[in-house]
Amino acid sequence: MGKIENQKAWFFVLPVLFLVAFNALIPLMTVVNYSVQETFGDNTFFWAGLMWFEEVLLSERFHASLMRQMIFTFSILAIEIPLGVAIALTMPRKGPWVPVCLVLMALPLLIPWNVVGAMWNIFALPDIGLLGRTLNAIGFDYNFTRQPGDAWFTMILMDVWHWTSLVVLLAYAGLVSIPDAYYQAAKIDGAKPFAIFRYIQLPKMKRVLTIAVLLRFMDSFMIYTEPFVLTGGGPGNSTTLLSIDLVKIALGQFDLGPAAAMSLIYFLIILAMSWVFYTVMMRNEAK
Amino acid sequence: MAKITLKGLRHSYMPNPSKPADYALQELNVDWEDGGAYALLGPSGCGKTTLLNIISGLLTPSHGEILFDDEDVTRMQPDERHIAQVFQFPVVYDTMTVYDNLAFPLRNRGVPEPEVDKRVREIADMIDLTETLQNRAAGLTADGKQKISLGRGLVRSDVNVIMFDEPLTVIDPHLKWQLRSKLKELHQRVKTTMIYVTHDQTEALTFADKVVVMKDGQVVQIGTPVELFERPQHTFVGHFIGSPGMNVLPCEVRGGQAFFEGEPVATWNAVHAKEGAKLEVGVRPEFVSFSEKGLAVEITKVSDAGRFQIVDTRKGGRSIKLLVPDGAEIPEKHAHVSFKTDHTQVYSDGWLVTGGE
Amino acid sequence: MRNLSRFVPALYILFLLLPIYWLVNMSFKTTNEILGDFTLWPREFTLENYITIFTDPTWYMGYVNSLAYVSINTVLSVAVALPAAYAFSRYRFLGDKHLFFWLLTNRMAPPAVFALPFFQLYSAVGLFDTYWAVALAHTLFNIPLAVWILEGFMSGVPKELDETAYVDGYSFPRFFIKIFIPTIAAGIGVAAFFCFMFSWVELLLAKTLTAVDAKPIAATMTRTASTSGYDLGLLAAAGTLTIIPGAIVIYFVRNYIARGFALGRV
Repeated sequence: MGKIENQKAWFFVLPVLFLVAFNALIPLMTVVNYSVQETFGDNTFFWAGLMWFEEVLLSERFHASLMRQMIFTFSILAIEIPLGVAIALTMPRKGPWVPVCLVLMALPLLIPWNVVGAMWNIFALPDIGLLGRTLNAIGFDYNFTRQPGDAWFTMILMDVWHWTSLVVLLAYAGLVSIPDAYYQAAKIDGAKPFAIFRYIQLPKMKRVLTIAVLLRFMDSFMIYTEPFVLTGGGPGNSTTLLSIDLVKIALGQFDLGPAAAMSLIYFLIILAMSWVFYTVMMRNEAK
Repeated sequence: MAKITLKGLRHSYMPNPSKPADYALQELNVDWEDGGAYALLGPSGCGKTTLLNIISGLLTPSHGEILFDDEDVTRMQPDERHIAQVFQFPVVYDTMTVYDNLAFPLRNRGVPEPEVDKRVREIADMIDLTETLQNRAAGLTADGKQKISLGRGLVRSDVNVIMFDEPLTVIDPHLKWQLRSKLKELHQRVKTTMIYVTHDQTEALTFADKVVVMKDGQVVQIGTPVELFERPQHTFVGHFIGSPGMNVLPCEVRGGQAFFEGEPVATWNAVHAKEGAKLEVGVRPEFVSFSEKGLAVEITKVSDAGRFQIVDTRKGGRSIKLLVPDGAEIPEKHAHVSFKTDHTQVYSDGWLVTGGE
Repeated sequence: MRNLSRFVPALYILFLLLPIYWLVNMSFKTTNEILGDFTLWPREFTLENYITIFTDPTWYMGYVNSLAYVSINTVLSVAVALPAAYAFSRYRFLGDKHLFFWLLTNRMAPPAVFALPFFQLYSAVGLFDTYWAVALAHTLFNIPLAVWILEGFMSGVPKELDETAYVDGYSFPRFFIKIFIPTIAAGIGVAAFFCFMFSWVELLLAKTLTAVDAKPIAATMTRTASTSGYDLGLLAAAGTLTIIPGAIVIYFVRNYIARGFALGRV
């Protein structure tokens, strides 16, 4: 499939380029600008060099948020990816139930994020929420607004509730694209269910799973609204993830310099890790 | 290796079939001998894949039974039937090496590793894959992958029958011939019963000892390539097999003599024909020749087909084709043609008229 | 084993529906019942909360605002992504790969990073608190996504289609509108679905860029929760209503969901 060399194609890309540049470059320049300057709140700015970057990178607060962010992201990846694959594997391939399953499963994906947070807040409240009340009734001392452990449990459960369907739908899309002949051949070759999964289904799902891991990694790293509405970052700072911390600094305290420096570091971490994920997965593919 | 018997086999995809048209496969009784090479030939949608899936056990027939060496296997799962199948599109386990692909069916059955190794190397040698044994199967060309599929069937010593479902569909034309003769050679070596499904007459006729020709879910003829050529049991067989196909001309029979366009045509079986049905006379272009007397025709086209020339002629709005050797003289416009009597036959409602009834 | 595995999707769907049920359940309860008793279904069934929402403009205008900027964003994103995706799928040009990659990196930009600069940018150009501000801001991540999805679908259309059309004497614009767009209609549907989805669910930017006139429904919810006390029934009713547009949209694209999520690139 040779594509034709044609520089005029640039004209087709111009509208996109203009809009995205407007939205990405100008704000990014603003951020870079703030990140290297110092202000005393009277609209005068001084060159600050890499001071803010040093401050952010050395601050314990940033380390703590980053650590929480990492734990959160890797926990939800470790739960959502295997769970999503398992559910996709047990879903029917054809029949009247397929669209019903798909529609119901996609439902959480289209609920505004703060409604997700609010819904889980109501659902998990120990006095009036179904989950909170039930957990307490069967003997757990559960209160996510007071106990950090419970807050984490609720936050992760909420994310699993919210996003596992994305993994299910992607994995399912990969599964249904496998021609019947593969299953027939495996049956004839006497393959056991695990061998079918290991040698047919998993390899064929690899590409969509790469997309799933990447999307879930990126989105969970950027998550803000749902945990903010659920716990407000608390109790204390126990569920303050990177975005929540950033917004606190930028819009709450209006510390533009540190906020900007942190933004850039944050963005670069996501870019770098996405790139690493992508290259590692693609290299395995090529081997 | 096994003898395969199909007894009163019928299949419908509908839950409550009533009329014959509801059946994807009409009643079928066949005996396939142990170690034979058979082909199922017919156009797309004729039911050959349905039949194949019934034999392999991917589909359970709605009526009738399948016997392998007189043992009823109708309700058995594919892996219990000890069969192997090569699919239309190459099925290989992408993440495995060629070696592991070939070893897969044996390992699944718990064969000890030294035995696996011995069999894999033996088969790899047979299908010319020894060089690539350690390569990833995903990197092979389509014909290489089809060889692996075939190899996965051959490694097993317990295989009753190997089935091929249009295995050359995605193979480059210049490799088709090569793979086909390889298949033939392998069959002679391993003597496993093989069933080859195709819509390509060349593939069927070169591969098989016996060809089953199917049309609309019905078997129209089972025979050797020579029988199919010389005595087509149905005008469909005459037309579908041979290039160009058999000439089929409407005729009427009076007093044991066939007439086409009012002129008498000599046939070997017109005496048995009964009136009241749609009668046709069939003769292959190979058995038509120019002559002094006979049917007066008008020549419309001459095309060169290598060692032969195909001459298109017309009579009364019907086309009659004949083959003449390369270099033979062809009359200008008007000519007479005659048919070889013992290869000219009358068909009644499409079926060959015989003396029996 | 077979029968057991049937339960997995059913259990999962039950898990998905429980919190939603609780929200809907609460939206039909009176405040007294919510705070007073723990009831699995509404004892004193009331539509009070819904009536409040549909009669109070600060509530129902929130829906109008949300739907307005989401629609503008969807149309805009798909419209500009179409020619770009075509260029990426059909032509090679200077810097094409870098450009494509750069577009995708914007999908990785955390909204939290952009919240403040966006606020300043859109205030500076005088679009603050308009539908356009939110619609344009959301193109940051929706355009790259739309280009990516559409490019996948377009690459699946053989180039011969284009060539045949030119041979038949079609001009480029006429070919693009009359032939090409209908051919990839499914892809456009999927791209529009995703643009709708991400614009509808995003709140941080939408909230930052609006104050009164264009405030989205979801933001109205958070603000009401803090100003007019803890009126959970009202909150639940508003939340329930935000689920409905999404549910309708999913129902329409249900047959394309699986394929769309694979982005035509499996």
